[in-house]
Amino acid sequence: MGMATESQFHVLAVDDSLVDRKMIERLLQKSSCQVTTVDSGSKALEFLGLRESNESNDPNAPSSSPVTHQEIEINLIITDYCMPGMTGYDLLKRVKESAAFRSIPVVIMSSENVPARISRCLEEGAEEFFLKPVKLADLTKLKPHMMKTKLKKESENSAKEDNAVLKHEIRKEEEPSVIEVLPLHQEVEQEPMLSNNKRKAMEEVISTDRSRPKYNDITTLV
Amino acid sequence: MNTVVAKLQRQFQDYLVSLYQQGFLDNQFTELRKLQDEGTPDFVAEVVSLFFDDCSKLINSMSRSLERPENVDFKQVDSGVHQLKGSSSSVGARRVKNVCISFKECCDVQNREGCLRCLQQVDYEYKMLKTKLQDLFNLEQQIVQAGGAIPQVNIN
Repeated sequence: MGMATESQFHVLAVDDSLVDRKMIERLLQKSSCQVTTVDSGSKALEFLGLRESNESNDPNAPSSSPVTHQEIEINLIITDYCMPGMTGYDLLKRVKESAAFRSIPVVIMSSENVPARISRCLEEGAEEFFLKPVKLADLTKLKPHMMKTKLKKESENSAKEDNAVLKHEIRKEEEPSVIEVLPLHQEVEQEPMLSNNKRKAMEEVISTDRSRPKYNDITTLV
Repeated sequence: MNTVVAKLQRQFQDYLVSLYQQGFLDNQFTELRKLQDEGTPDFVAEVVSLFFDDCSKLINSMSRSLERPENVDFKQVDSGVHQLKGSSSSVGARRVKNVCISFKECCDVQNREGCLRCLQQVDYEYKMLKTKLQDLFNLEQQIVQAGGAIPQVNIN
């Protein structure tokens, strides 16, 4: 498996307050993340490589890699909501509208507990909404979101390897679903072993009509 | 057992606890201290220093906005209060934060006199806190110089 040498998560933190930037930076470092801080939404977009003329609409731009001269991998964006110029919500929208970056989880921070604001952000695709001041304990919620992008990246990097593995697994999947059809009466005992996929496959076979081979015919395939 | 160190540590602990009890600091200051370690021994001092700089700067600009009674820029004042409330909340500066809450209320109803009073109060509070924390950091320094460790203080 292609493991990245620095398997640390890289977080982009956006806040116009210097005090808060220092805080969030330290909080993230304490949680073993690599951190880049910027003081505005537009600087965040610049860092990501998304300029004002939205090149995610460019059909020629590769959708899976950032349109930038730098190889930047960001596993999470954490941004303040209330910022002059581009708000955290505006930044969230821009990121989610971008083909290259929409998969990056975004977390919004705010000092104000406004339910309408919170739901608006979550609806737009924010993973979490943190009330300020943010605490160390809050950051433990970030790991699962960052893991998703990390795993995705790693699977993309070792794509060939994965395809081979995947094909092998599909074959393995097919066999049991055929075998499982047989002992219908023992279905209950089999249940714990069945994954949702297998169960579904079993149901599909059962519901098809009689033109299907009879069960004892299938047993011979075993 | 170094009794000098033990004495200093005791002093430090008592002083810190008193700051919480008198309402100068709240739980967020505890959170701030958690972020400091051997690798970042000056973290708390750095952040509060930035905070005090912020206070000074914001108070000056709000003062200018409130200066002429016939032409008060309440939007600017409101923005300043918002920023001050945010950063005071982030570092655990409880009294400063509480003044900001009243300050915002005066701003919302465009009460210039009220704003001026709050401005004076916030100035007083941040300067008071600055002095207190300076004393605290001095104690910390003395402990370190005497070869001791800064005690972990648990506030209930």
